[in-house]
Amino acid sequence: MTRKGIIGGVLVALLVAGAGAALAVAWRPAIAAIDPPKPQSFDPALIKRGRELAAIGNCNDCHTVRGLKNFAGGLPVPTPFGTVYSSNITPDAETGIGGWSEQAFRRAMRFGVDREGRHLYPTFPYDHFTNVSDEDDRALYAYLMTRDPVRASARENQLSFPLDQRFVVAGWKLLFLRQGTYKPDPTKSAEWNHGAYLVEGLAHCGACHTPRNALGAERASASFAGGDVDNWQAFAINAQSPSPVPWDADALYAYLRNGFHPDHGTARGPMAEVVSNLSTVPSADVRAIATYMADVFGAPSPDRKREGEAVLAQAKSGAAATANADFQGAAIYAAACATCHESGRPLPYGGIKLSLSSTISAPDPRNLANIVLTGVRPVEGERSPIMPGFAESMSDAQVAALLTYLRARFTSQPPWTDIERVVAEARRSQTAFLQTSAGVRNAPAEPSQRDKP
Amino acid sequence: MMTLKVNGQDHQIDAEPDTPLLYVLRDDLKLNAAKFGCGLGQCGSCTVIVDGKAVLSCVTPMVLLEGKQVTTLEGLGTVSAPSPIQRAFMEEQAAQCGYCIAGMMMRAQALLQRNPKPTDEQIRAELAPHLCRCGTHMRILRAVHRASHLMDTAALSPADKRSAP
Repeated sequence: MTRKGIIGGVLVALLVAGAGAALAVAWRPAIAAIDPPKPQSFDPALIKRGRELAAIGNCNDCHTVRGLKNFAGGLPVPTPFGTVYSSNITPDAETGIGGWSEQAFRRAMRFGVDREGRHLYPTFPYDHFTNVSDEDDRALYAYLMTRDPVRASARENQLSFPLDQRFVVAGWKLLFLRQGTYKPDPTKSAEWNHGAYLVEGLAHCGACHTPRNALGAERASASFAGGDVDNWQAFAINAQSPSPVPWDADALYAYLRNGFHPDHGTARGPMAEVVSNLSTVPSADVRAIATYMADVFGAPSPDRKREGEAVLAQAKSGAAATANADFQGAAIYAAACATCHESGRPLPYGGIKLSLSSTISAPDPRNLANIVLTGVRPVEGERSPIMPGFAESMSDAQVAALLTYLRARFTSQPPWTDIERVVAEARRSQTAFLQTSAGVRNAPAEPSQRDKP
Repeated sequence: MMTLKVNGQDHQIDAEPDTPLLYVLRDDLKLNAAKFGCGLGQCGSCTVIVDGKAVLSCVTPMVLLEGKQVTTLEGLGTVSAPSPIQRAFMEEQAAQCGYCIAGMMMRAQALLQRNPKPTDEQIRAELAPHLCRCGTHMRILRAVHRASHLMDTAALSPADKRSAP
């Protein structure tokens, strides 16, 4: 055998072994389809808990296209790698998950593999859902399998080669999927542990609030340091939080439960759906999330605490901060914003005192540009905050002048740079308009209905 | 004092910079088509067109209007010579109390200038910010389609009309 031949042989052997190893890593067996279970076969109490868990998991947000059928999928989820469409998770046998056994459902939640054995893209946040307990997966399964089946085929994802090959996801999982259900920390309270279990698992808060690396995985070293979602900035929810007044557990609870807090403002953008869902689950779950997250934020430093108190006292006294009339935006603020934002009407219907706004003290002006352009739309069938949008009446230069002024007047943060570009970009992406809640989809909005399955 | 161009005419306006455009139109210029509804930019009855875009005049302060052109319903046509959108709304009898209709027509006009053949869906989405409490929504939809058709026909020159089937 020549040397070339030997090298060739070794190469072929390596390739075969590599392919074999890859196959072993990537290949997952199909799980036999079942006849969709009868709704009556599930315990109503289990279905009710499943509904609460689905709300905590915000499942409806990605798995429903606005105005179309609940959980029928088809929502385009833009990613840096292309567009992935959410799947139909109604119990339709052919196009949904009607043929999935509970085992298949649990495998999808835990390992990101569908019933047929295909790898699911991590836009489905199984890196979090892998933490969900057997018991909670059972409840979610019971809830989803008792929804109305909807016939709606999955849409073709728009990903380029090689990402359109699902086995590639197996490699991603090797790198980033840490399997195993949540391990309680015995040094912490039961409430803290329940909160951590929900936040790190089903509620998948980090999916938006943690920045991602070049391969689209959350950066473990920057947990909750703020991320991007749908042209919005998901604020840092750790010690780097931009909130002028530091968050504590009570404020977090009220905000997540009611959708607003007088010292912090109103949850809008993609967070609107989250708080809308959380308004329908048992208060103990929201309390636990707040307790854990308050720990993630950490106790504020004495300086930060003092600053927060000063801002709050100033906002409550109603004294106007010193305005610098040199700013072109000052006149726009006085004419278009101040009538509501300095009206003194309480939240959520009055405008927040802008010195309390995280949006203005945040590191980038995206969210503020979005809100000034599109406003806050009313929620159908609910009392909700409103703000008119100014996209049609303000030019990009006017919005930029306003943003510059707001930043200078209401925060002590350094000026934003590149505002005009951000405003132009926000205007372009307005098709992804400011989300208010589209109404609670998987639970009746009436509080009296909340304990029904 | 500032100059405001309304329906093609320059007007010298003496108003504070935070005065809403709606007040200037109604009180100073006596152009009463645009209506005061909610004053919060939530009902659409005050809609006028500014530089081709539908704008809620009750929440648009004068300070934003330097050098811009405003069109109100009065600028589209008259009773004796109604514009296509006005004709269409009359022919479909799309108004009941009529309070919302001037705003509806202005936003529909802005839509048709941008998109001469909108679909039902597009019209619904566009007019979603407008409230009508009488419930003439279906007639309003038909009126916008009719206006689209009328504008199309009006755009044809006489020669084109002759050759059209």
